[in-house]
Amino acid sequence: MAAAAELTLLEKSLGLNKGNKYSAQGERQIPVLQTNNGPSLTGLTTIAAHLVKQANKEHLLGSTAEEKAIVQQWLEYRVTRVDGHASKDDIRTLLKDLNSYLEDKVYLTGYNFTLADILLYYGLHRFIVDLTVQEKEKYLNVSRWFCHIQHYPGIRQHLSNVVFIKNRLYTNSH
Amino acid sequence: MRLFVSEGAPGSLPVLAAAGRARGRAELLISTVGPEECVVPFLTQPKVPVLQLDSGNYLFSTSSICRYFFLLSGWEQDDLTNQWLEWEATELQPALSAALYYLVVQGKKGEDVLGPVRRALKHIDYSLSRQNCPFLAGETESLADIVLWGALYPLLQDPAYLPEELGSLCSWFQTLSTQEPCQRAAETVLKQQGVLALRPYLQKQPQPSPPNGRAVTNEPEVWNRTKPEGLKWEEELATLSEEEITMAVTAWEKGLGGLPPLRPPQNPVLPMAGERNVLITSALPYVNNVPHLGNIIGCVLSADVFARYSRLRQWNTLYLCGTDEYGTATETKAMEEGLTPQEICDKYHAIHADIYRWFNISFDTFGRTTTPQQTKITQDIFRRLLTRGFVLQDTVEQLHCEKCARFLADRFVEGVCPFCGYEEARGDQCDKCGKLINAIELKKPQCKVCRSCPVVKSSQHLFLDLPKLETRLEEWLGKTLPGSDWTPNSRFIIRSWLRDGLKPRCITRDLKWGTPVPLEGFEDKVFYVWFDATIGYLSITANYTDQWERWWKNPEQVDLYQFMAKDNVPFHGLVFPCSALGAEDNYTLVSHLIATEYLNYEDGKFSKSRGVGVFGDMAQDTGIPADIWRFYLLYIRPEGQDSAFSWTDLLLKNNSELLNNLGNFINRAGMFVSKFFGGYVPEMVLTPDDQRLLAHVTLELRHYHQLLEKVRIRDALRSILTISRHGNQYIQVNEPWKWIKGTEADRQRAGTVTGLAVNIAALLSVMLQPYMPSVSATIQAQLQLSPPACSVLLTNFLCTLPAGHQIGTVSPLFQKLENDQIESLRQRFGGGQLEESLELKAKVSPKPAVVDTVAATGPQQIQMLMDEVTKQGNIVRELKAQKADKNQIAAEVAKLLDLKKQLSLAEGKPPEAPKCKKKK
Repeated sequence: MAAAAELTLLEKSLGLNKGNKYSAQGERQIPVLQTNNGPSLTGLTTIAAHLVKQANKEHLLGSTAEEKAIVQQWLEYRVTRVDGHASKDDIRTLLKDLNSYLEDKVYLTGYNFTLADILLYYGLHRFIVDLTVQEKEKYLNVSRWFCHIQHYPGIRQHLSNVVFIKNRLYTNSH
Repeated sequence: MRLFVSEGAPGSLPVLAAAGRARGRAELLISTVGPEECVVPFLTQPKVPVLQLDSGNYLFSTSSICRYFFLLSGWEQDDLTNQWLEWEATELQPALSAALYYLVVQGKKGEDVLGPVRRALKHIDYSLSRQNCPFLAGETESLADIVLWGALYPLLQDPAYLPEELGSLCSWFQTLSTQEPCQRAAETVLKQQGVLALRPYLQKQPQPSPPNGRAVTNEPEVWNRTKPEGLKWEEELATLSEEEITMAVTAWEKGLGGLPPLRPPQNPVLPMAGERNVLITSALPYVNNVPHLGNIIGCVLSADVFARYSRLRQWNTLYLCGTDEYGTATETKAMEEGLTPQEICDKYHAIHADIYRWFNISFDTFGRTTTPQQTKITQDIFRRLLTRGFVLQDTVEQLHCEKCARFLADRFVEGVCPFCGYEEARGDQCDKCGKLINAIELKKPQCKVCRSCPVVKSSQHLFLDLPKLETRLEEWLGKTLPGSDWTPNSRFIIRSWLRDGLKPRCITRDLKWGTPVPLEGFEDKVFYVWFDATIGYLSITANYTDQWERWWKNPEQVDLYQFMAKDNVPFHGLVFPCSALGAEDNYTLVSHLIATEYLNYEDGKFSKSRGVGVFGDMAQDTGIPADIWRFYLLYIRPEGQDSAFSWTDLLLKNNSELLNNLGNFINRAGMFVSKFFGGYVPEMVLTPDDQRLLAHVTLELRHYHQLLEKVRIRDALRSILTISRHGNQYIQVNEPWKWIKGTEADRQRAGTVTGLAVNIAALLSVMLQPYMPSVSATIQAQLQLSPPACSVLLTNFLCTLPAGHQIGTVSPLFQKLENDQIESLRQRFGGGQLEESLELKAKVSPKPAVVDTVAATGPQQIQMLMDEVTKQGNIVRELKAQKADKNQIAAEVAKLLDLKKQLSLAEGKPPEAPKCKKKK
């Protein structure tokens, strides 16, 4: 998914109607937003955070210092680890790590839904779609989290609904 | 909360610099872990730094940790900061980790390192200059500054990698580097080892892929026509424009007529109105040390190349140098050798002069600082400073040896370290704990000369009031630096001195051997060398010509180039300019300060006392000609970064670059003229391909000029080798030895190729002149090149050997260096068991001064003994072979054993106890 399309999705899920135009910069097609009252903003997470503030939904950036730092950490993780030329092995490591991280968490920050959940969901969608049933079961916590986010009101939009099976098929592997 | 860091992990820099923000808000514990330890339970790959929060959560992203510290201090997030941090993570980090990996782990240098990050550095510079703010996100330093500074610091702290032309980036970086939290973080992480402190950590990391799969290319520089590596010769020629080719052909056709009339030689050389007047100085070597190769390349040889180049450009050039002779070290050396200081200076001045003569250094004058002119000029500058209120008086407490009746310089006191109790601490520093010591704080101090106990006495001294002169200095630097060719390291050193603020500097010493201080109450004192040594340039000129002031009080007409190693920068760029500005006498100040980095020897440092490395007087004993030494030293000139002398590399460069490339081309070109055309240069009928070659050589020649005008001596040498490589290819492709056997037209083709090649050889001989003057003269004699063509180097390539010109006898220029020859030289000049021998020497001899004298003659003495051992060994073998008289053999064997014993003593090894000898 191109960054501009993703930001348009985000705008809608935040309830912003005006519909910004984005240009893309360089080989990596980094999104650029020309704001009305200032210099342009460059970068997916930068623009996303800006949109959140525009929609007056600052709580999505975290409420405490700790939460804010954690949100930004996962946003950075999204653009450095999930995007770009991640190999199959990289993705497997990433899912394994994320799976173990989410073991005791509902959302990335713990108990609060944030921008980090939205963008990680958008970023991971193309990989999760391709997972086999066995893999989905292997990364059980990721699957639970992902399924939860895709059902969060207004987030998924036109993206395909990834099916997760409630019953375990491969109980031996656990 | 607990912060986990690892030795040498670059992420620790911004994190530690930001940690101060959280002080008072939360308790911070710091733990050091190994680079491969997995701190974060859910991450497969080890990652540091990591912050474990009291809630049990982990922050494993460096910028998020910094962000957290800033958030704790009440800072609010903003778009601009987010943008910088996102850019740092996605653009800067991949480029930077590649650069650091190349530099630290793979040992690459220069553009290989800077290339990958140049674009990112330009981006920062551009943003800073465009928004016109001192910091990345506004008027005050903030999160973005700390994160980016911390990421860049390991690379940019080395001035070689701080691109001078990116002014806004430089000043931003330096402002941050001086801030206390940053400074402390830098000290903690890099431990004053520079970027190498990251090595233990980076070594354990996987090799980063080049950023975004982009090829690592250098941005084209203005003066450097881009020539991507690997581009084929033909393709390269194809990039030339028609215009360039036409111009090159026109210039070529002018031939000898295109040369300007020769300047008549002058004596003495004096500046002339309307001409470019170039005054060149090389740092004055201290008289009682024999210079090593590093000293020679650092100033004398580098300056010589530039002086010779400057003369080839027909610039009015004066090159001067001399020995720096005053000071404590000379006095002590005199005591050791039982001579007067003057006798010591006379003796060593001659040694220096001999060494430089051997290296073919083209001084216009090589003087010394112990002359009446030195006294006159130094005292004049001092009086002017005194009457203008730039000299202060203060009392200094110093150790005084009653027995020797003199104040003791720090290096002549020894005692018990006040910090760690080490018995043999020196007056300035303890060798054991490394702490700096104020000599009067030493317990049980001893005079190193007579071993009696000195007493503390106070003594009046004079200080140069540098703080009062600081504004003038900055004003002058502001006018001088922009657009000048000061090397980046010299700019950096001067800036850091100014940043720390100048302090008054003591300019007198309680000594006898120096320039007397012309002030009542100071009759027993002399000027400290660093006040008057740089005045040596003036007095040496004054001894050369009574019109010296036309050079030194003539800033409008004279361009002053000063060459030195980087440790000398403060005296030339700061102290002397301050003295001269304060004296208000219209002195000529340095326009271009050219400082080199250090040259190491093999894997370590040159060391006189350990006898490691090649020293000036020994180079001639190696049998390797001076020009080969010059070539190799200039080839590895520490330009921009430290470099190392290596015997293997010397062999390699001699055999590949000189013998197979340059020597081969010039010899072939000359031989073809002799063999095929009876020694007369044949007619040349240039084809379009030949014309392209002309244009191409012209281009490379221009590049050579542009580099040398910027005093990039090492790089310009590459241009010479490039032209000769092209020449070789040209001969190889055009095969004149085949055409010569063909029809008349074929013979003409062979003639053109030979004629063009021999003219390229003639051009090379002139370009080579600054680097290898003797080889250059040999080529010119072989080709019988006319004197005007030998003495001038234009920016165009002219046909200086026209058809019909008769050349002389051609013979090979270079000799192959053999492996065993180089191996034996390597053994002779140190390596291997040296550490051991140093320790032994230190134990054997309680007086370091003695070690010095032994070692000073060491390597030569060792060589002499080695030769004698070999000789004696042969005598013994011969006698045995002849079955000679037993007693006679025994006598010779005894001689041999004695020689061997002397040899091992001289080498600092314990004498091998012969089996028959009784132990004590």
